[in-house]
Amino acid sequence: MPDEVSVSLTINGRARRLDIAPWTSLLDLLRLQLDLTGTKKGCDHGQCGACTVLIDGRRMNSCLQLAVMQEGREITTIEGLAEGGRLHAMQAAFIERDAFQCGYCTPGQILSAVALIEEGRAHTRDEIREYMSGNLCRCGAYPNIVDAVVDVLAAGGVTMKEAAA
Amino acid sequence: MNRFSYTRAASLDEAVRALAADAAAKIVAGGTNLVDLMKYNVERPARLIDVTRITGLDRIEESDGGLRIGALVPNTNVAYDARVEERYPLLASAILAGATPQLRNAATTGGNLNQRTRCYYFYDTETPCNKREPGTGCPAVSGVNRIHAILGASEHCIATHPSDMCVALAALEATVHVAGPGGARAIPMAEYHRLPGDRPEIDTTLKRDEIVTAVALPAEAQAFRTNYTYLKLRDRLSYAFALVSVAVGLEMDGGSIRRARIALGGVAHKPWRRTDAEERLAGKAADRQAFAAAADLLLEGAKGYEHNEFKIDLARRAIVRALGQAAAGTPQSQVDKRIR
Repeated sequence: MPDEVSVSLTINGRARRLDIAPWTSLLDLLRLQLDLTGTKKGCDHGQCGACTVLIDGRRMNSCLQLAVMQEGREITTIEGLAEGGRLHAMQAAFIERDAFQCGYCTPGQILSAVALIEEGRAHTRDEIREYMSGNLCRCGAYPNIVDAVVDVLAAGGVTMKEAAA
Repeated sequence: MNRFSYTRAASLDEAVRALAADAAAKIVAGGTNLVDLMKYNVERPARLIDVTRITGLDRIEESDGGLRIGALVPNTNVAYDARVEERYPLLASAILAGATPQLRNAATTGGNLNQRTRCYYFYDTETPCNKREPGTGCPAVSGVNRIHAILGASEHCIATHPSDMCVALAALEATVHVAGPGGARAIPMAEYHRLPGDRPEIDTTLKRDEIVTAVALPAEAQAFRTNYTYLKLRDRLSYAFALVSVAVGLEMDGGSIRRARIALGGVAHKPWRRTDAEERLAGKAADRQAFAAAADLLLEGAKGYEHNEFKIDLARRAIVRALGQAAAGTPQSQVDKRIR
């Protein structure tokens, strides 16, 4: 059996040093080794987006990332968004807009939406939908998810444009 | 996933040596395709060599009047690089037509070149597949073949190459730079991917012990920065592989075409070009008659199977439409998917 690898990384602001088997995905590390079960396993093949986390601020599918490759990286999961008991604006907007039904895709949707705001490229509902296309919602809450993202963009001073006719 | 050893290479030399030393080793960077294939047991490497910490391969640099994109540059960073957007917007557009923001953030330039087909039989280890297990047969030929090739296929394999980025690179006549134990060499994009023939298990001309280091975009391809398009047709508007895609770059002289480059995706084992179709457009007025003649040449010899016959007509129409978009200077939007 190949050896475990010692990896140092930061998860939700906390530095950790872990021994990791090379075939462990970042998703399984979070859920099974660290009990951070907010990040969901949907398809486990990078197709649904339920496992979306931020790695050094960039959104990625944690199911396709090997944990041993995260040396020195900063990982943010849904558990790391709220600060001092205060929900992140995107979490609050999802509640306000009822942007979920069963909730299974929600952590991934929220992380993806947080990154979308940071990327700063979405200025129309069409653009929000396109840039959220890596997150599937089996319940079909898409209109309300877009509403939640629009709210957070607007609160940040972004004026939404009408899509071209 | 199989059990494997992990090596983090600190330099290109170290990665090349590690790869040469272990015939069952594979290079990993973004992991978006390889890790997925490992989960399906399609790939079972004994060792992964992580190249993501090698310095110097993660930059886009000026080179001979063009740009040299390091193999580790993520797809997102290529698509939104100001120099790429300005000089090679066809490449930026093609990248944004593919995958999702999450995948484009992880996927690298080198990995995109080396991704494997999405043929369902290749992914399903319960079925035979000449690409996965040479000599076992190709169930796609007489099976479900809606997404399969209409050009350049063989009786042994009718898989397509799934990349959007590579279709643009073919049209832009990029060069792939690789390094191996014998040193560095450059491979023209047209020769990088190969047709299946009787060796469908070999996707590219990259040797087993070589590593992609960069993709170079030639200065001349900047001439297509105004008149270009990447038109991708698929079963849903986002996050689906192309049934047919067309990358076009035109250099216009008023209403006539001075120089044309056309590459097709979703139709063959490699981005499909026909230089005679491109040459036929040179000096011609940019009209439907000329576009249709080019489409006829590009699709010469096209052969459909039970479920993908539709691709031949779809490709013909897509080529004509894409040439029209490029000539008019109105490239396909990758956000608003309406085809104009």
